[in-house]
Amino acid sequence: MLSETFAFGDSAIHRLDPRLRVVFAGLLSILTAILNRFPAVIFAVFLALVLIGASRLPVRQVLARLAVVNGLVLFIWLILPWTFEGTPVVEIGPLVGSWEGIRLCALITLKSNAIILALIALVATMPVATLGYALHHLHLPDKLVYLLLMTYRYIFVIETEYQQLARAARIRCFKPGTNLHTYKTYAYMVGMLFVRASARAQRVHQAMVCRGFSGKFYCLHEFAFKSSDWAWSSAMGISLIVLGGLEWAPIV
Amino acid sequence: MGADRLVIDLENISFAYPDGRDVLSGLSFKLDKGARAGLIGPNGSGKTTLLHMIMGLIPPSEGAIRLFGREMRSEKDFHESRKNIGLVFQNPDDQLFSPTVLEDVAFGPLNLGASPEEARDIAVKTLKDLHLTGFEDRISYRLSGGEKKLVALATVLAMNPAVLVMDEPTTGLDEKTNDRIVSILNTLDKTLLIVSHEYNFLARTTDDFYGIRDGQIFYAGESATLHTHYHAHAAGEVPHKHI
Repeated sequence: MLSETFAFGDSAIHRLDPRLRVVFAGLLSILTAILNRFPAVIFAVFLALVLIGASRLPVRQVLARLAVVNGLVLFIWLILPWTFEGTPVVEIGPLVGSWEGIRLCALITLKSNAIILALIALVATMPVATLGYALHHLHLPDKLVYLLLMTYRYIFVIETEYQQLARAARIRCFKPGTNLHTYKTYAYMVGMLFVRASARAQRVHQAMVCRGFSGKFYCLHEFAFKSSDWAWSSAMGISLIVLGGLEWAPIV
Repeated sequence: MGADRLVIDLENISFAYPDGRDVLSGLSFKLDKGARAGLIGPNGSGKTTLLHMIMGLIPPSEGAIRLFGREMRSEKDFHESRKNIGLVFQNPDDQLFSPTVLEDVAFGPLNLGASPEEARDIAVKTLKDLHLTGFEDRISYRLSGGEKKLVALATVLAMNPAVLVMDEPTTGLDEKTNDRIVSILNTLDKTLLIVSHEYNFLARTTDDFYGIRDGQIFYAGESATLHTHYHAHAAGEVPHKHI
């Protein structure tokens, strides 16, 4: 369900302080999302590609993940150019494609790919648990951090329970079809999953209480900011400034 | 035996499920310091309910719970007593909620006020004592059923409780893990209360055993007399004594 294929490695990016990676990924994504000029957006894509290169992830698998995002982007290309008001450039029957629509589509495509690539390089390269502790050290509220960590822990248990239910149905010759029986069966399964998840949440809480839990979480993990982290953070800072400059510097 | 030797003292406990079904009715039970007791009873007879009551997870509808000679009245009382009574849940997936083994074992000591370094040391040592060295950074959900059970036991032992309470510790375990748990329990100098359906397991880990029936607990004899029957036997279905 969650394979964390990219989480373990020994590249320069994998060795970076997770806090730095999370902060930079956040800033870069936000900045990229509000860009409007092509040189800036292209620079953002370039930055993302540099990060992917430095993380030494298998290209094929990264492309496979990009395909998912670009599947959605494809729908934007199918709709937006024909519905966006502006200077007409193409005409197919009653459909008129506008220059502004095409420009917007291109921007969205580049931006979303840049953000996803940056997140893959910076955030997918750490285990979910590490991400949780990094967020904890960045002073995200405890409740949110532990919500993330426990979701991660129990998503596998819930998946196993779903598999059990699905198997139980299959061994009694259940074949999904387009009929009320199928809908009902799936509704029961989902309902049963909710019931089990809530019962489990209660038992987990009881087990925690038995071990002295009183609402406060403690974190075992400490991160150390190394000299290489300082070098990377300056490079990251400069690249963000360049990105901002490309977007907001007055055109001469 | 003086009252100060009593670690668990339940008096006239009653409890009914929300649907009105009585589980425990007027139950009384005493456990001395250092005792090793087993508890046997049919499914739904209230064994788990009883354990949860001792831990303060569910309040009895009637009766008094005294632990270590103190009457338990509020959640605050139980918060204190839980430092000395550890419960190992039936399903280790309920107990192990942290991403890694080390964090889970350190969770209890951290709650007891240990610093992160101390908690880490305690966790490492506890794992070593249970021959689980090397498990520290294992991901809890990727452990096998037997490993999960042993780690769950470690999470409770890391708090060094005086009393260890276990709910069906052997369910679904293979012979080898079963033997490991037996040998761990037999090296512990703790008061034990073990709920189990496995007569052989109780015979190897406890001194006395109790039965629970019709909402009451009764003394059923010495554990050494317990054994599983594989042959036809008039009393094969219920715990009994050979005279």
